[in-house]
Amino acid sequence: MIKFENVSKTYSGGQQALRQVNFHIEPGEMAFLTGHSGAGKSTLLKLISIMERPTVGKVLINGHDLNTIHRRQIAYIRRDIGMIFQSHQLLMDRTVFDNVALPLVIDGYSRKEINKRVSAALEMVGLRDKVRNLPIMLSGGEQQRVGIARAVVNKPPLLLADEPTGNLDPKLSMEIIRLFEEFNQAGVSVFIATHDLGLIARMKYRTLTLRQGQMIDDGLSEDWQTDPLQEDSL
Amino acid sequence: MSLLFKGRPQGAQMSHISMLQRLMMFFVSHVRQALGSLGELWRAPAASLMTIGVLGLSITLPSTLYVMVKNAEQLSAGWEQASEISLFLRQDTRPADVQQLITRLSLWPEIDSLVHISKADALEEFKQLSGFGDALTHLDSNPLPDVILVTPTERHASPSSASRLLDKLRKEREVELGKLDIEWLERLHGFLGIARDVVGVVALLLFLAVVLIIGNTIRLNISNKRDEILVMKLVGATDAFIHRPFLYTGFWYGLLGGILAWFAVSLLLWWVDGSIRYVSSLYQSPFELSGLSASDLLLMLAMSVMLGLAGSMISVHRHVREIEPR
Repeated sequence: MIKFENVSKTYSGGQQALRQVNFHIEPGEMAFLTGHSGAGKSTLLKLISIMERPTVGKVLINGHDLNTIHRRQIAYIRRDIGMIFQSHQLLMDRTVFDNVALPLVIDGYSRKEINKRVSAALEMVGLRDKVRNLPIMLSGGEQQRVGIARAVVNKPPLLLADEPTGNLDPKLSMEIIRLFEEFNQAGVSVFIATHDLGLIARMKYRTLTLRQGQMIDDGLSEDWQTDPLQEDSL
Repeated sequence: MSLLFKGRPQGAQMSHISMLQRLMMFFVSHVRQALGSLGELWRAPAASLMTIGVLGLSITLPSTLYVMVKNAEQLSAGWEQASEISLFLRQDTRPADVQQLITRLSLWPEIDSLVHISKADALEEFKQLSGFGDALTHLDSNPLPDVILVTPTERHASPSSASRLLDKLRKEREVELGKLDIEWLERLHGFLGIARDVVGVVALLLFLAVVLIIGNTIRLNISNKRDEILVMKLVGATDAFIHRPFLYTGFWYGLLGGILAWFAVSLLLWWVDGSIRYVSSLYQSPFELSGLSASDLLLMLAMSVMLGLAGSMISVHRHVREIEPR
């Protein structure tokens, strides 16, 4: 689903965010990406959603080289990727309904279809009764779930999350992760960047680890069992 | 159709809807966005009115000047029709030849009408008007020539074609001298030409100002909506989709500004109409101030809408591109 081939990213300031990164996430897989802040997690996700372009190497989604995607086509690529952000990225002056409906409106769905799908997505995240509220009236966890509903409302085959549990307490974090598991069981590939090691430790999912821009563990190698998480947290 | 995932249906292709329905939905979404933009102008009435006011007044000035030049041209067109060519015939021309000449000339397509003033009539008139009276009876022979007054048709009444006609008439055997008083007409035309050019230049400058003002207003709108644009880009909005509301805002500015200009021009014309009536009554001329015709009005509105659109287009293309999620 996602494949990185010798990807390096150097920002214009000379700061090297990623070095020679290689990994492959299979379709239908759920995986975590971890590492300290500044290790390159966000950069890696940005390369997948084409917010940044790699300096060297190739990023492939479903076998398509993203380097060949023209600027004008980026919008269409993003419609295939559900994205969830730590800062939620909600429109604060629009209702929950309008926020979740946005990708469908952009994609030109009919009113009827929009109503149906938004209701279904909000049902899934348990916010059916908050449809008419403004995001500002919701708690942090609820806002995050609105963001998740928006990310899945047009049923993308790939879900990316950047620190989705960043501001949440462990119980709420677990609820969010359970939601992702549900989507994964429905066949969606899920890729979550987080530095919440405690959360990952309770899961049995593949974990990729970045340190100073290098992939020190792609979660497949044998020596992973010796616990890179602890090593990382040292 | 999805670029990355073959066979993944997207949006409008989803529910197997017909071409007609898709077209309908396209229009419905446009109407919705247009009304949305109008609603946004409505929610910030003070700022919107100021922009519309600037646009309206910027269009009022050249439009009013245009109406004035148009009226001046109409007025001078009335004078032009009176332009006559006087042909003085040779002294030795016999009356029969004069009649022949008149018959010949009346067949020319350029000539509308001919008036013959015979030697005798001319002398008679001169006697009456000059006051020499009896003194003239002592002349041996009539010193005045036959005169033919030629009125060109409307199509040949302009200074240049009238003088061409004069040259042609001069070549006639019987004609001694031809006269056309066109110098003042040419000057008038010159002045009107200058006036029209000035109106053009003023209009051009003001239109440019309008485009810049609208562009700047839209730029502020865009930077106010920076967060919204970011989110829209993140969830896959194309540039065209993001541009549309701003373009509609420009459209509404243009349309409302044009309507305001129409009101302003009407008001100005109504204002000066009274004094013009007074002046024309002094000259006993039936001059009527003519305002903007329907086609002028449409042209003005179209112009205004185009300026609004141009301003927003320039701004939108420059500034929406700059906002990219990082």
